[in-house]
Amino acid sequence: MNSSMAMKLFNILLFCTPIYVGLTLSISAHAGGIGLLKKYDCASCHALTGPAPATLAALWQRKGPDLFYAGNKYRQAWLETWLQQPKRIRPAGMFYMNHIKPGPKRNMVDTSTLTEHIQLNKKDAKAIAATLASMKTHTALIQAEKHDASISPGPLGEMLFDKIYGCMACHQIEPGFGGMSGTEVYTAGKRLTPEFMLSYIRNPQAWDPKIWMPNAHLPDNNKQKLVNYIIKLSKESNDE
Amino acid sequence: MNKYLLMMLLAITSMCLHSPAVNAESAKDNYRTYCMQCHGMTGLGMGVNIQDMSVQPRDHTDAKAMGTRTDVELFKVIKEGGLAISKSSLMPPWADTLTDQEIHDLVKHLRTLCNCEYSTK
Repeated sequence: MNSSMAMKLFNILLFCTPIYVGLTLSISAHAGGIGLLKKYDCASCHALTGPAPATLAALWQRKGPDLFYAGNKYRQAWLETWLQQPKRIRPAGMFYMNHIKPGPKRNMVDTSTLTEHIQLNKKDAKAIAATLASMKTHTALIQAEKHDASISPGPLGEMLFDKIYGCMACHQIEPGFGGMSGTEVYTAGKRLTPEFMLSYIRNPQAWDPKIWMPNAHLPDNNKQKLVNYIIKLSKESNDE
Repeated sequence: MNKYLLMMLLAITSMCLHSPAVNAESAKDNYRTYCMQCHGMTGLGMGVNIQDMSVQPRDHTDAKAMGTRTDVELFKVIKEGGLAISKSSLMPPWADTLTDQEIHDLVKHLRTLCNCEYSTK
């Protein structure tokens, strides 16, 4: 082997080694994540394989969000942070009817029925987040969307959310303000991919056939404004 | 050849059996899932969501108010939302969630809650 060939070989090794190490670490973290999903018994509350509930009876029994499309839905960095410091996202739990009681002026959330999510250490949170990020059964729905961050929501964003489409009836736009039966939206921009938000607003039933979020048939431009409004809310909010 | 054909048929049958078909539900169960979040556990309009609403949801047990609506109007407002009958946009359209038959069943359910029919009086 002459010196030129040796140099080429060295360069190839130099280039490939980080890729190999990176791939090995990624595969090993992913394999570790699958083991951790079992260790923490995540499947006792979350569906790790589809499809989503096709009957109301099945919907009512769901204890946590479906995770078989977690990689299409969540931002991996958010997953990693949240798993270390879990905080309630749905004020009235997974299915609100399982967690409300009569009250003097309106039905109230019965907090005694709500349970906390398990808290993970940094290493396990990172491994599980990597595994969840690889679970992408609904990539076709995501690929049908194109987020345009340049469309400013302006003052119309809040108007669309509160008045025109009435989203605030079920969702909170700041802590303690808005509806209780949906997920809080003031953290959604940090939690969810823009393409997921666009797709879910376009057709909630394509993701979850029996979900209690209706399809309001928003025009594309308003959908972009709404998603950019939600992202703006997240930037204004200090909550993770 | 026949063996492969049989395997393909079995695979197709299996896929059909496992497809996420959406089932028709009873009006009572649909009301519990989709309506009670705003109209309340007993239909009084006192749902868990109402605290910050600019327009309060209809009390479905109010025979006088419910009696002013025809069955056609009730069907329309459930299917197309409040704006379709010049009411609040906070009442959303359920056309993509419920079948027409399920909406007709819900209209009948509303009539049992208010114990009323449409009246011009």
